[in-house]
Amino acid sequence: MITLENIQRIFLVGDQKVHALRDINLHINAGEYLSIMGPSGSGKSTLLNLLGLLDRPDAGRYRLDGQDVTTLSDKQQARLRRERIGFVFQFFHLVPRLTAAQNIELPMMLAGQPVDERQLCVQQALKDMGITDRADHRPDQLSGGQRQRVAIARATVMQPGLLLADEPTGNLDRASGKDVVDILETLQRRGITLIIVTHDPALGERAQRRLHMVDGTIVNDTAKP
Amino acid sequence: MKTTDIVRYALGSLNGARSRTALMLLAMSIGVASVLVLTSLGEAARRYVSGEFASLGTNLIIVLPGRTETAGSEPSMLIGDTPRALTLGDAQALLRSSLIQRVAPLNIGSAPVSYGGLERDIPIWGSTAELLEIRHWEMGLGRFLPKAEWDRASPVCVLGQKVRKELFGNQPVLGEWVRIGDRRFRVIGILESAGESLGVAVEDMVIVPVASIQRLFNTSSLFRILVEARSREAIPRVIEHITRTIRERHQGEEDITVITQDAVLATFDNILQALTLTVAGIAAISLGVAGILIMNVMLVAVAQRTTEIGLLKALGAPGQQIVNLFLAEAALLSLLGAGLGVVIGLAGNGLIGYFYPDLSMGTPLWAFAAAIGVALGTGLLFSLLPARRAAKLDPVQALARR
Ligand SMILES: Nc1ncnc2c1ncn2[C@@H]1O[C@H](COP(=O)(O)OP(=O)(O)O)[C@@H](O)[C@H]1O
Ligand SMILES: [Mg+2]
Repeated sequence: MITLENIQRIFLVGDQKVHALRDINLHINAGEYLSIMGPSGSGKSTLLNLLGLLDRPDAGRYRLDGQDVTTLSDKQQARLRRERIGFVFQFFHLVPRLTAAQNIELPMMLAGQPVDERQLCVQQALKDMGITDRADHRPDQLSGGQRQRVAIARATVMQPGLLLADEPTGNLDRASGKDVVDILETLQRRGITLIIVTHDPALGERAQRRLHMVDGTIVNDTAKP
Repeated sequence: MKTTDIVRYALGSLNGARSRTALMLLAMSIGVASVLVLTSLGEAARRYVSGEFASLGTNLIIVLPGRTETAGSEPSMLIGDTPRALTLGDAQALLRSSLIQRVAPLNIGSAPVSYGGLERDIPIWGSTAELLEIRHWEMGLGRFLPKAEWDRASPVCVLGQKVRKELFGNQPVLGEWVRIGDRRFRVIGILESAGESLGVAVEDMVIVPVASIQRLFNTSSLFRILVEARSREAIPRVIEHITRTIRERHQGEEDITVITQDAVLATFDNILQALTLTVAGIAAISLGVAGILIMNVMLVAVAQRTTEIGLLKALGAPGQQIVNLFLAEAALLSLLGAGLGVVIGLAGNGLIGYFYPDLSMGTPLWAFAAAIGVALGTGLLFSLLPARRAAKLDPVQALARR
């Protein structure tokens, strides 16, 4: 499903070059459950952002479902983000003035789907996340765990094949963190490809395949002993 | 994305940031309103003054003795160059042209007017029946001077409203005899009060036949001859006719000055045009200031929402869609602001018109167009530019901005 070839990402800080990713090669199959761990600043988020098309590599090739996506236009990349990729952030990134239901509806609205279809999907997503009674609450009226569930609902409401989560439990207490992980794993069991970046070894160990990154390189991949 | 969704999203974000929205509406409506009020004031002043001139009478030509165009020393001070007086004969001679509608000779003096023991010095006008039509005056009571031979000194007079009030109070006045200087005149009419007509206090004057005033002041010369041309186009030929006729009668001397109202009007029109433009300039500056205010608020508004833009991009909105969202928001805001500005501006005009009824406050169309155009223009431009810049960022960059 995903193939990365010689991916490089270099940030310029002042006139200092920071190699966030050095020569990354990676292949991920559809339906895999993969965790990425490593010390802070090792390039985990940068890698996940590239996979989610939120950022562009400085060199290398990224193929998604056989298609080279690094050379696509803004519009084509936007379409892929909308239809194929769901992204869950550590800081939720919900729109504060919109209710839970409206936040979940956002990707479908951007896609121009008909209103009644949108309502059905939102209701289903709220039910799946167990937050039907919170549909009309705004983010500031929700707990952290509930906010992350709204964010997951929003990321998956378009039925993407790939779900990326950057420290999805990093801002949650243990109990709601566990709920969120349960939800993500359920989605993975139903067929979605799940990639989680985490600091938490206990969470990382749950994945079938585990990557360990240090200083912009993958130093350990359980799929390649 | 559907249009209804775009509008709903834009309304939602306007509603979500009430103080920011209110600030932008304020900036925009003040800009628009001030332009409307200021240009209306300029226009009203212009119309007021040109209206005053029009009330002098249309197609009016004024003939006065002496050449006053000569620059330098006072001509009448030169020996042997004393201007020849204009006479009733001169005035009558002018009538012999088909281009001329009417002619009214005019003499003005001041004399004590008395009735029943009350006496006061009042401006006396001596003229003929034609004066009423030439000056566009109205009768309040009775009739104006009779259409008679110009050299007939009938002992009749017409009073202004104020003179009547002072001398007669509420008593009947028609047919009464008043004393002007050492002669007695019968009151045959009262002028309709017309307020101040360009320096002529119509209320405070007495009008008698021109022959009577000449006897009263013991003179045979005229102060002015008022000529009304048949049409505006005929005015140049009428002037030519007047100059030629008077020159013939004055042994080849060109010793009169001919003033057309047209020339005066044109000069004042120019002055007032300049006035309107000045006022419009002030308005443009206020619009510019409002534009800068709008610009800043818009820039801050977009900067504050870079994270939201990043999120929308992450959720799959192409850059163009995001620009459209911000444009829709700016358009709604600008339309609302401009509409509010028009309402405030018109209300301001109404208020000024209420307190100064002499001013007819009408906003010129171009001012509407300019005000609304600039408000919409700055509103759209200064949300388009930062929104486009933000929409070009990669989603991570936008998301990371705080
Ligand atoms: N936008 C950026 N500008 C400059 N440097 C960056 C930027 N994003 C990340 N980096 C640098 O790249 C390296 C990897 O960052 P990141 O992927 O966020 O690490 P991790 O998520 O593993 O903690 C770090 O050294 C970080 O300082
Ligand atoms: Mg990180």
